Amino acid sequence: MVKKASPPVFFYFLLPSLIMIGIFIIYPLIYTFCMSLFYWKGRTIVSFVGISNYLDVFGRNNIQEALVHNFLWIMIHVPLCTILGLFLALLLRNIRGSSIIKTVIFLAMVIPPVIGGILIRFIFDVDVGVVNAVLGAIGLVKPRTWTNLPDTALFSLIFGSVWLWTGFSMTIYAAGLEAIPKEFYEAAKIDGASDTKIIWHITLPLLKPATITVVVMNILYALKIFDIVYVATMGGPGSASTVLALEMYIEAFYNIPPNFGAAAVIAILIGLLTLVFTIFMRRMVK
Amino acid sequence: MRIRKFTIIIHMIAYLIALIWVLPFLGLFMTSIRDYSEIALGWWKFEKFNPTLDAYNAVWNILTGPPSMMVSLLNSFIISVPSTIIPIFVASLSAYSFARFSFKLRDMLFLTIVVLMSLPAQMVIMPIYFLMAEVGLLDTHLGLILLHSSFGLPWIILFLRNYFRTLPVEVEEAARIDGASDFRIYWQIVIPMSIPALASIAALQFNWVWNDFLFALIFLQTPEKKVATQLLPMLRGRYYVRWDYIAAASIITMIPPVLIFALLQKYYVKGIVTITKG
Repeated sequence: MVKKASPPVFFYFLLPSLIMIGIFIIYPLIYTFCMSLFYWKGRTIVSFVGISNYLDVFGRNNIQEALVHNFLWIMIHVPLCTILGLFLALLLRNIRGSSIIKTVIFLAMVIPPVIGGILIRFIFDVDVGVVNAVLGAIGLVKPRTWTNLPDTALFSLIFGSVWLWTGFSMTIYAAGLEAIPKEFYEAAKIDGASDTKIIWHITLPLLKPATITVVVMNILYALKIFDIVYVATMGGPGSASTVLALEMYIEAFYNIPPNFGAAAVIAILIGLLTLVFTIFMRRMVK
Repeated sequence: MRIRKFTIIIHMIAYLIALIWVLPFLGLFMTSIRDYSEIALGWWKFEKFNPTLDAYNAVWNILTGPPSMMVSLLNSFIISVPSTIIPIFVASLSAYSFARFSFKLRDMLFLTIVVLMSLPAQMVIMPIYFLMAEVGLLDTHLGLILLHSSFGLPWIILFLRNYFRTLPVEVEEAARIDGASDFRIYWQIVIPMSIPALASIAALQFNWVWNDFLFALIFLQTPEKKVATQLLPMLRGRYYVRWDYIAAASIITMIPPVLIFALLQKYYVKGIVTITKG
């Protein structure tokens, strides 16, 4: 008797994952690329238009603004979060009650980003906001709702989001610090190195992997930013605080009738930027 | 003497920073337990202070208009629990075959899955919307559960595959010699040995699904089906912002993820550190 050939076990083990990833990730991914090449009327394809959706989208003011805002987000958010996180991780090494402080700071990462957005709107509010109370007490400025003004909306969001994400960088750096063997410090101390020298020449170089993780994750986050903006400002006033992911949502699911071709172009733009930044950072490592 | 002074200053800076970080949460909490007329003067002022649970009562029941917090919180659970269990089970099976079997295209397939991990949701969301509309899964909890489960797969596969590889093969080989099937080895030996990793994954996946806003916003439209994170932006009053309602609803919504973080903190942080290293 010859045993009938049947697919090996690993095939059955893989199958459910492959089906789900195929249906909900691979197929839609390819579909989105195709969508960007057609002219859409509502949910029906009218005609193949090649790259004209791309030209249309990149020519728009609100998209260019959104792109600039995403870049501003990266330029401000990434260095601030990284430096603050590192500073806190170093600072909290020898503090009594540091685990509670770390937990409190990380808490902002645990709550839904939607609540993060609400909290940002809340602390910058004209009536109930603590920012106005503090600045007013010093006598600096007239109270205002910072997230509602064209000049300050975007920056309020970015600084608020730094508040939300510093816990992440701090945690990654704290884990990185723990992994450094104590002997390194002891050897340096015996050689008579000062504290600042130890941090500069031993700690920081050994934290390079942690830094790369922090920077990459922050960039990916800044490129995809949506929840906070949607809840706190909805991109307003006008398009003063809009970002790419929000513009994509508005094109596809908010405007009536939707413009799926344009939305697909924005989605692809976000995806490509994500890819480029990830590859760029990986290259920097090597 | 100088050293002591330095230590005190460092401690003061640390506690000040902690205070800055906790202040918004404190404000949210104070706002949720005070009457609207008191909040308008500033939640940090205490000349008049009559704590009340009115806002909680209002959002928990139907007083703010449908859906109530009670219903949307239940919806959040209905979606988050299966969306945690399903992908862990499905992903662990394939992670096991990636870790222990060798077959054609294995490494290429694995690399593809890893690359998909940082894929922005925007790149797939519209075709999924069409697909769900076609098969009648739009505006259903089942549709959202399937979506969350599939989206969780890549990172869980990566996480578990790396973890499985650290487990000793000898135990599995011994069981195989005793005649155990591959599925039995996976289910009765590998899975029980992976409890710490599964705890990390479960904590993170549950919180990510619970905290999700974008998917729910697009796929759930009937008010009674909406989840808690969706309800929050809807609570804004028509003429002025009802901060007391928003604060109470926010506090209720963040309890489950905060509780999970508090209970599984070690696993949670370990999971975050492990998964972002890749």
